[in-house]
Amino acid sequence: MNKFKVQAMKEGAAKVAFTFTALVSILAVALICLFLFANGIPGMAKIGVWDFLSGEKWKPGQEVFGILPFILGSVYVTAGALVVGVPAGLLTALYLSRFASQKAAKLLRPAVQLLAGIPSVVYGFFGLVVLVPLVREVFGGTGSSLLTASVLLGMMILPTIITVAESALNAVPASYYEGALALGATHERSVFHVIFPAAKSGVMAGIILGIGRAIGEATAVMMVAGNRTSMPKGLLKGVRTLTSNIVIEMGYATDLHREALIATAVVLFVFILLINVLTSILKRRSD
Amino acid sequence: MRAKVQATFYRSAVYAGTVFSVGVLLLIVGYILIKGIPNLSPELFAWKYNSTNVSMMPAIINTLLMTLLSLLVCVPLGIGAAIWLTEYAPRGSKLVKLVRMTAETLSGIPSIIYGLFGSLFFVVALKMGLSLLSGALTLSIMVLPTIMRTTEEALLAVPDSYREGSFGLGAGRLRTTFKVVLPSAVPGILSGVILAIGRIVGETAALIYTAGTVAKVPGSLLDSTRTLAVHMYTISTEGLYIGQSYATAVVLLGMVLLINSLSAFIAKKVGHSTTGKQEEKHS
Repeated sequence: MNKFKVQAMKEGAAKVAFTFTALVSILAVALICLFLFANGIPGMAKIGVWDFLSGEKWKPGQEVFGILPFILGSVYVTAGALVVGVPAGLLTALYLSRFASQKAAKLLRPAVQLLAGIPSVVYGFFGLVVLVPLVREVFGGTGSSLLTASVLLGMMILPTIITVAESALNAVPASYYEGALALGATHERSVFHVIFPAAKSGVMAGIILGIGRAIGEATAVMMVAGNRTSMPKGLLKGVRTLTSNIVIEMGYATDLHREALIATAVVLFVFILLINVLTSILKRRSD
Repeated sequence: MRAKVQATFYRSAVYAGTVFSVGVLLLIVGYILIKGIPNLSPELFAWKYNSTNVSMMPAIINTLLMTLLSLLVCVPLGIGAAIWLTEYAPRGSKLVKLVRMTAETLSGIPSIIYGLFGSLFFVVALKMGLSLLSGALTLSIMVLPTIMRTTEEALLAVPDSYREGSFGLGAGRLRTTFKVVLPSAVPGILSGVILAIGRIVGETAALIYTAGTVAKVPGSLLDSTRTLAVHMYTISTEGLYIGQSYATAVVLLGMVLLINSLSAFIAKKVGHSTTGKQEEKHS
């Protein structure tokens, strides 16, 4: 009898312990929201929410904090990364899913994983020593620019897009492909006009995940983007993103300046939350 | 005829895209290796860092410490949470949905936001200062969803007949979980842990303002440290040590390659067991 009691107590304790560990992620999100918002919102209120979001000048010395240049910087750099990364990523996913021989796929998949595993500081360094001089030689200017950052980020989001799009393509039922072939379509036509559209929501989820990665990347972008605080002026001019603004100035910021940087993170966080909601909607649809 | 032209066009586009992706990888890895390997020298691995030898040895040791400490926190938490989700949680409960949703949110948060949160919470509010401990705790929250997701997948892949067999023999839920379910899920869990190690080793933005950038092996948990990735970030942005930066990049890439091949090796093992299962289903 006693033995059973001990057993029951152990079971009960284990259940409590496992439940507690499951609550950690809820707690973490709650703490992150609490600390970001509690430290960022007051600063935003002091500066004025509208002045903060739409201000075109960032001059911490004169207490002028407008982050529109960085919002635009993040948006432009991300858009540029999509232009570079999405076509190549989707085509690679199509190759892996529907064209590659087993042998080729076996070689290529680890390569994509390796691309995903390269640390962002190594990407950044590669950008610094290869892409920056290249852009400088070919187009002039300093080389640290919106264009350079876009190309580098486009490379960085490749593995995300490839992996997610490939699994979406693989999930399309074989009957779709067979049906298209039976109607006389070539292999290529079936893949592009039947399988690809059928995998649309999964592919979109991959692209949005890529957007999330691009907008959240800090180290690599900062190393090649030039980081000018003025409004973005062109493809070959320096830009600063929301992320790099935080990394660059957090080290020495105090008082309102510091609060403004945390408020910058709040804006970034809201962007990311929106992207997460979009991804989960798309995921539900593709399931 | 038109169909043929179209087919050729599509096929060449697919090949071109793939060549681009592979080219990017070869270019980065090749360039770093070719430029970096000649720059590797014994003094880069001296025990103590100073501004003339720019040794990466302390940073390598710090990376190991940081990885171990982060795993020590996040592996039990992540596995526990996954066990709760698959073995204990009532089906369709609201709490399960909330746990899944928050884990997904965590996995989308950029590392700089983790860094900022870590500096507000661990460094300032909990008064841990710029330290190994603050950095490791920040990173363990960051990789928690990775461990949770892969462990959950591994546990879900264990057939229910195992559990039923164990229950039928009179074992309780706890015993069943630890003696029957977990052992068969080990390879899957390991691949998640390795994925997490990869993220920890490569992380910079989350560490600069939580663990700091001191290039010494820490004497205690509360000393500031720089990992190899942060070391590389610091020396390459200073602009004085390009050769050393190349060499550091080689070592970092080597670590990533090692981690990746380990995970590929384990994935292969897992792959074999799952294909076996599929064959069973067909017969």
